[in-house]
Amino acid sequence: MLNRYPLWKYLLLIFVTIVGFVYSIPNIYVPDPAVQVSGDSSAKVLDAATLSKIEASLKEAGIDYFGAEVNPNTAMVRLKTRDQQMLARTAIQRSLGDGFVVALNNASTTPAWLQALGAAPMKLGLDLAGGVHFLMEVDTVSAVAKRQEVNSDEMKSKLRDAKVRYASIDANKDNQIVARFRSAEIRDAALSELRSDYPQLLFTTPDVEGPESDATFIASFSEAAVREIEDYAVGQNLITLRNRVNELGVSEPMVQRQGRNRIIVQLAGIQDPAEAKRVIGKTANLEFRLGANDKTLVSNREEFPYKDELTQMQRGNAVLERSIIATGDRVSNATSSFDPETNQPQVNITLDSLGGAQMHRVTRDNVGRGMGILFIEYKTRTTISKNAAGEEVEKMTQYVERKVISLATIQSALGVQFRITGLDNPAEASELALLLRAGALAAPMHFVEERTIGPSLGAENIEKGLTATLWGMAVVLVFMVVFYGMFGVFANVALALNLLLLLTILSMFGATLTLPGIAGIVLTIGMAVDANVLIFSRIREELKNGASPQQAIYAGYERAFVTILDSNLTTLIVAVILFAIGTGPVKGFAITLTIGILTSMFTAIVGSRALANLVYGGRKNLQSIAINALPPFNRLH
Amino acid sequence: MSQELKVINFMGVRKLTSAISIAMVIASILSIAIFGLKGGLDFTGGTQLELLFDRPAELSKVRSLLEEKQLESPVAVLFGSDQQVMIRTQDEMKVKGRELIAEKITAAGGVLEAVERPGREYEGFSDALVIAGLSAEALQQAAVISEADFGRVQYAKRDDKTLVALENSLDSVYVKALLADMEAATGAKIQLRSSEFVGPQIGDELRDQGGLGLLTAFILVFLYVAVQFQWKFSVGAIVALCHDVIITLGVFSFFQWDFDLTVLAALLALIGYSINDTIVIYDRIRENFRVLRKMDALDVINISLTQTLGRSVMTSMTVFIVLVCLFVFGGELLRGFSTALIIGIVVGTYSSIYIAANITAALGIGKEDLMPKEKEGAEFDETP
Repeated sequence: MLNRYPLWKYLLLIFVTIVGFVYSIPNIYVPDPAVQVSGDSSAKVLDAATLSKIEASLKEAGIDYFGAEVNPNTAMVRLKTRDQQMLARTAIQRSLGDGFVVALNNASTTPAWLQALGAAPMKLGLDLAGGVHFLMEVDTVSAVAKRQEVNSDEMKSKLRDAKVRYASIDANKDNQIVARFRSAEIRDAALSELRSDYPQLLFTTPDVEGPESDATFIASFSEAAVREIEDYAVGQNLITLRNRVNELGVSEPMVQRQGRNRIIVQLAGIQDPAEAKRVIGKTANLEFRLGANDKTLVSNREEFPYKDELTQMQRGNAVLERSIIATGDRVSNATSSFDPETNQPQVNITLDSLGGAQMHRVTRDNVGRGMGILFIEYKTRTTISKNAAGEEVEKMTQYVERKVISLATIQSALGVQFRITGLDNPAEASELALLLRAGALAAPMHFVEERTIGPSLGAENIEKGLTATLWGMAVVLVFMVVFYGMFGVFANVALALNLLLLLTILSMFGATLTLPGIAGIVLTIGMAVDANVLIFSRIREELKNGASPQQAIYAGYERAFVTILDSNLTTLIVAVILFAIGTGPVKGFAITLTIGILTSMFTAIVGSRALANLVYGGRKNLQSIAINALPPFNRLH
Repeated sequence: MSQELKVINFMGVRKLTSAISIAMVIASILSIAIFGLKGGLDFTGGTQLELLFDRPAELSKVRSLLEEKQLESPVAVLFGSDQQVMIRTQDEMKVKGRELIAEKITAAGGVLEAVERPGREYEGFSDALVIAGLSAEALQQAAVISEADFGRVQYAKRDDKTLVALENSLDSVYVKALLADMEAATGAKIQLRSSEFVGPQIGDELRDQGGLGLLTAFILVFLYVAVQFQWKFSVGAIVALCHDVIITLGVFSFFQWDFDLTVLAALLALIGYSINDTIVIYDRIRENFRVLRKMDALDVINISLTQTLGRSVMTSMTVFIVLVCLFVFGGELLRGFSTALIIGIVVGTYSSIYIAANITAALGIGKEDLMPKEKEGAEFDETP
């Protein structure tokens, strides 16, 4: 029989609608303004005592709060009004003191049963939430140049050790190492010595040999090696940035690599870009120092805690000498690996030539003593002071924290390259390598883009976007009913379902909603009815050609299908291209447009058909269907 | 057929519409060549500030201040309301701030040799100046660098030069000073609502990416249509798309509206919309060629266009309506986007009807071009 849907299709639609409701409902629960407290290291445990301290400080400041909760890593209190967020943060920071990061946050008000199903609202982009956006470029060119310099220094020391005499080895500005020798034999000896140590370098000898007394070779990076160095430099800066950003007390900061050598930093809720820039621009540092022994003078001793809290509890503070062997500026690389002989985890450290020389000078006379590595972080603390007018002002001040990340015994004189062994497990080794890299001199970064959006502007943008969406939707709904009667209602239900599914998919994938994203939704509303317009035009044509209403409905849906598929696929191709080339806001637009096209095909074809079948399908003697325009407009078709 | 469809002779006016389109495209290209496109911040690089005045802003005063400061190609326009002003310049505030301080140093008898990122020992400082010819004492005495502006200032010696670390960065100090001058000039309180800085290298990349995106879209659309239909249709579709894009760009260039990233996105969305429209018409032409075998190609096209006209008008209307809503309610940030699409929808609907089919007809499309694909035709014969 014509125009009957099997039960399962109706069930599928009902199921999809229910899923749609469940996963898009979290978006209507407006989050509570909240203040979140976390420890400054991941090992710090927050307990009920901390929470009661927080609550006491809020009561004292006369701030209304509710829903205080604590789990081992974070504590959170919800506030009644957004205006009190800053006050609450100040009060809490003051009562807790150092060692805690107090951040403004938004606490989800989504009911627990929805959260249990994994339903969460869409995140808001910076243009809607307010905040700062930085795009930073890592100077990978200088990172590559620096590596080549280190390599040329290393080659010199290797050749010296192997007693191969060279005339000169230098890195030129094209990142090539040019080595000169007195004769071709010496050069070949040098090549056989070095080649296996530098798999990432391409060694070439000139096609036309110069005079016998001036034999040369050139070592240059392969493209893959350059990529690797770039990745390293960007990765190192990423680590640094993440560490620093955490200190700014921003909930859900975004630090992401973009393209070959750029990093995006987005901090919602931060209003002072200058302050943010100051904080995130800084890197950690390292200091290599000898461990103190019995002969070390008291004036040359200094005590430091271990960074690892477990080690700190077991061993207490470490005592090191005051004099510094080398700093992080001299570290060019640190990686974790396994000792090929014992298969134990180890960390390999590479210094530059100056660092290597300093290391060698100190360690050759101190074999058997300990050497500690200090990790130095510049941290920010918020202090409250009274200004001249007696008002409390908040000021961020920086302080330095030095902690020991490794204390190992020197086994032999160390040089440019050495390793730390005796680590308990691979995780410890990679953690140590990570810290060493974070403290090593990173390739410089500079800001290539900087945007600040005030919070009121963000709220305004949300309102504008919402108004445009609602108006667009309302006018299209009226329009469709006026021109297509009952079928217009079908199309409208399909359109509503489409919007619901679009929101559902965006929420399910945790997409970030931006203003251009909203524009994509509005555009989708306008374009989504197209499929139904196509179908309805067909049905009208069939009716005009004398088909019975049932046949007309059937043929309309069937024939329009190919057209809808063809036309939407081309639009989809363009939307995907937009997604591929776009960055930031444009990507947001492309995502909503792409999903909108897909959902509209489903709802317009399956959804509106189901309604048409439900209302008209199966009626044997259907005389007429309401697909024509309402009376005042019916001349138009 | 119970009711005879009144066929509109679209192809009868093809010479006229072709002439109009060619004239429009030429005018657009001329406009782009002569006036150029006025790139938004994303493309030109520079700085953009959004300001909120506490009273209606006097743009003339703001503009003359910007001129006075010798900012490069300054723009000051109202943005949303008469109290909101958007200021844009191709200058980097950092560079301007540096020029300003360099002048002061020169006046005091020194030379600003470089601005560096302060070393690791200067925690909490933003910029470091390397100054030759002036000692720390001389600098302090001449009060070249005021702590009121720069916050904490630390002096140090490096070789024979003086190193001055500044807490507040040069750009933030410059913007503050600029706003203070503006407040003085207009007598209004000014609040900085948003600021954006885009480096010059970004614009070139965007241009490349945008061009590449448009090109890829054209190629893929051409291939898709060639596979699904026939290459003569592809040519028609691509010519229509180029027509739409060029005219939209032409209008933006003629009125010197800002061409920013959202407008680029709108252009690509327009391609998506316009091709959608064209494909619907092509689909009907293909179908009709198979059904109305004896008819002349132009008649088939006319019939197809007439049959799809209702749909073309309806869909264009709904899209047009939502875009108008976006234009009216969506705020200043989406205005360029909605404007581009509104123009595009009008031009795109026109081109789908008059250009795409026209070109295909001019290339001599006939039923033999579509016959080999019997498989798809078979579907239609089954329908009751």
